[in-house]
Amino acid sequence: MTAVTASDAVAAPRPKYGSISKSRRWALRWSYFFLVLFAIFFLTPPIYMFITSLKSSAEISAATNPWWVFEPTLENYIELLTQNQYLIFFRNSAIVSVCVVSITMIISVLAAFALARMKFWGSATLATGVFLTYLIPETLLFIPLFKTFAFVRDTTGIELMNHWWTLIILYPTLTVPFCTWIMIGYFASIPKELDEAALIDGATWLQTLTKIFIPVALPGLIAATIFAFTVSWAQFLYPLAFTTSTDQLVLPVGIVTTLIKGDVFNWGQIMTGALLGAAPPLIIYAFLMDYYIAGLTAGATKG
Amino acid sequence: MAQVSLRKVVKLYDQTPAVRGIDLEIADKEFIVLVGPSGCGKSTTLRMIAGLEEITDGQIAIGGDVVNDVPPKDRDIAMVFQNYALYPHMSVFENMSFGLRLKRVAKDEIRRRVDDAARILDITELLDRKPKQLSGGQRQRVAMGRAIVRDPKVFLFDEPLSNLDAKLRVQMRTEIKKVHQKVRTTTVYVTHDQVEAMTLADRVVVMNGGIIEQVGAPNDLYHSPQTKFVAGFIGSPAMNFLPCRIEEAAGALRVRLSDNLSFPVPEDRTARYKPHAGKTSLMFGLRPEHITEVPRHVEPNQHPFEVTIEVTEPMGMETLVYFTIDGTEICGRVNPNAGATDGGKMKLLADLNNMHIIDDTTARVL
Ligand SMILES: Nc1ncnc2c1ncn2[C@@H]1O[C@H](COP(=O)(O)OP(=O)(O)OP(=O)(O)O)[C@@H](O)[C@H]1O
Ligand SMILES: [Mg+2]
Repeated sequence: MTAVTASDAVAAPRPKYGSISKSRRWALRWSYFFLVLFAIFFLTPPIYMFITSLKSSAEISAATNPWWVFEPTLENYIELLTQNQYLIFFRNSAIVSVCVVSITMIISVLAAFALARMKFWGSATLATGVFLTYLIPETLLFIPLFKTFAFVRDTTGIELMNHWWTLIILYPTLTVPFCTWIMIGYFASIPKELDEAALIDGATWLQTLTKIFIPVALPGLIAATIFAFTVSWAQFLYPLAFTTSTDQLVLPVGIVTTLIKGDVFNWGQIMTGALLGAAPPLIIYAFLMDYYIAGLTAGATKG
Repeated sequence: MAQVSLRKVVKLYDQTPAVRGIDLEIADKEFIVLVGPSGCGKSTTLRMIAGLEEITDGQIAIGGDVVNDVPPKDRDIAMVFQNYALYPHMSVFENMSFGLRLKRVAKDEIRRRVDDAARILDITELLDRKPKQLSGGQRQRVAMGRAIVRDPKVFLFDEPLSNLDAKLRVQMRTEIKKVHQKVRTTTVYVTHDQVEAMTLADRVVVMNGGIIEQVGAPNDLYHSPQTKFVAGFIGSPAMNFLPCRIEEAAGALRVRLSDNLSFPVPEDRTARYKPHAGKTSLMFGLRPEHITEVPRHVEPNQHPFEVTIEVTEPMGMETLVYFTIDGTEICGRVNPNAGATDGGKMKLLADLNNMHIIDDTTARVL
């Protein structure tokens, strides 16, 4: 209500009442100033990467202007995309990410729904516990995980080390707690009367979840999806520790381990590989941006 | 047929009682209103009927079947919530048809029932909108529509009008009454607004502290309250209470309100009050509308007395006057032209035909 009247006042053509529009103008100026500042700060590295990726190795090592390409060439791209290895990294990363996102979202949505809505013994403690799990630094988990893998190998004979698909089991330990926690927040913000109304309308728990909770909490769901995707796409430590053979590597580790040969840095290809590797998250953000922002600002305005 | 019966229904939340054993028989097609102060257990009672809260003890039956262990969806009830609880991502049509779609009712049957309900509620042109795009009153109608299309045995309303502004509330109140006259479904309606209770109900249930104080038709509650709570709760401004004594002198009873103010008790009540003569724990109750200016013609059992008015509150069609008797503030309602002034002396008339005597130890009206 108040928001409507306020914006009406701004839009109204009343130049004499200058104070609102004047302070607004200043606010805008400052906004643009900081926006430009941040844009420069955050865009410089990718632009630098892009410029470097268009250079030949000779030009990179020559002492020319690093911000200009004198002889643009696509050879880095061609080499990388025709090279079997890079495509395998890409494929591994893609499969791992898609699987991890799916597994994460299924587990965390169901878990969050149960924790947010079904009051059972210990549900509150469990909800806190889920979040605390997320706070444990992943580096602390290497040794326990190695031990667990060894135990699995000894008891079942299944070798978990040095397989890309092991990451599908590993990453959810990072993503599920946080996503569950996000989703608990979203589900808890849905008024209780909504599921009671659904319950009276004859919906089962599962129908309440799929037909009411998921659509209503869609922005949160998308935020969680993006988070899970980002984590599994960019995760570096786990694959570095648990995968070693070239054909088992995922993109972030693959680029670093295969394009740095001894102390020779193939900068052009490293930049190209990293840039291409950053493309999928970028595309996904671009598609889901509106939802993502809506998700971040949910609750700011009550419809 | 859908009577609802509550027998000795108890609800404890972790040992703290919210509802402490209530009995209530609701007839088919009846419009029952639960009214009472905040926290008295109205919503809890309603939610137990709906099946949203478990019953700690006792029994609830709908249409003759005990439903203690029946989940909400199988109780064939519909509920309208205070905050409407419309599904925000669905259009009005989808909101109203959600229950029917879950039951896999045929498409054209759904269409027909939604259209019928929409016509009753005058929301036909809103069917394609989302709840966001509706005003409060329209959302309220949609919430009712969602209840109507299901054609349930019982409607349950939990303070459905309390989010609306005063004017709309009056309008929707009439609307609800009209809808009930059309569809004639047994209804349990919770409110803390006694005007809503009086205007809507066939019978009003006054609750207080988890128990039922009194059940009765609106006018019965108003004219013959059985407890002090009901006497004070129903009516606005509230009934005046004054400590009093019943004195017996020469076979006639007088009710003494202060050292220099007493009235003869109406003859038809002599027998009723006689056993209480001399008790010290009695309260005299008289509604403001029975304390008026002195008219030209005075009926039997109406007695003039003089007071000093302290404050006047002109309401337009009447003026509220406040004065004290022995330190207790009393409110009267006089004609605006009766000449009441702040601080002025005035002769008022007490209509003892409508008096109540309450035993303060039991809080019951004698
Ligand atoms: N989930 C709950 N857990 C514990 N106590 C509760 C719960 N719900 C209600 N109560 C308590 O039960 C009592 C009755 O609550 P109820 O909601 O039925 O009151 P009400 O009559 O509907 O009041 P209002 O007019 O404020 O809505 C209150 O004292 C309340 O504190
Ligand atoms: Mg309530």
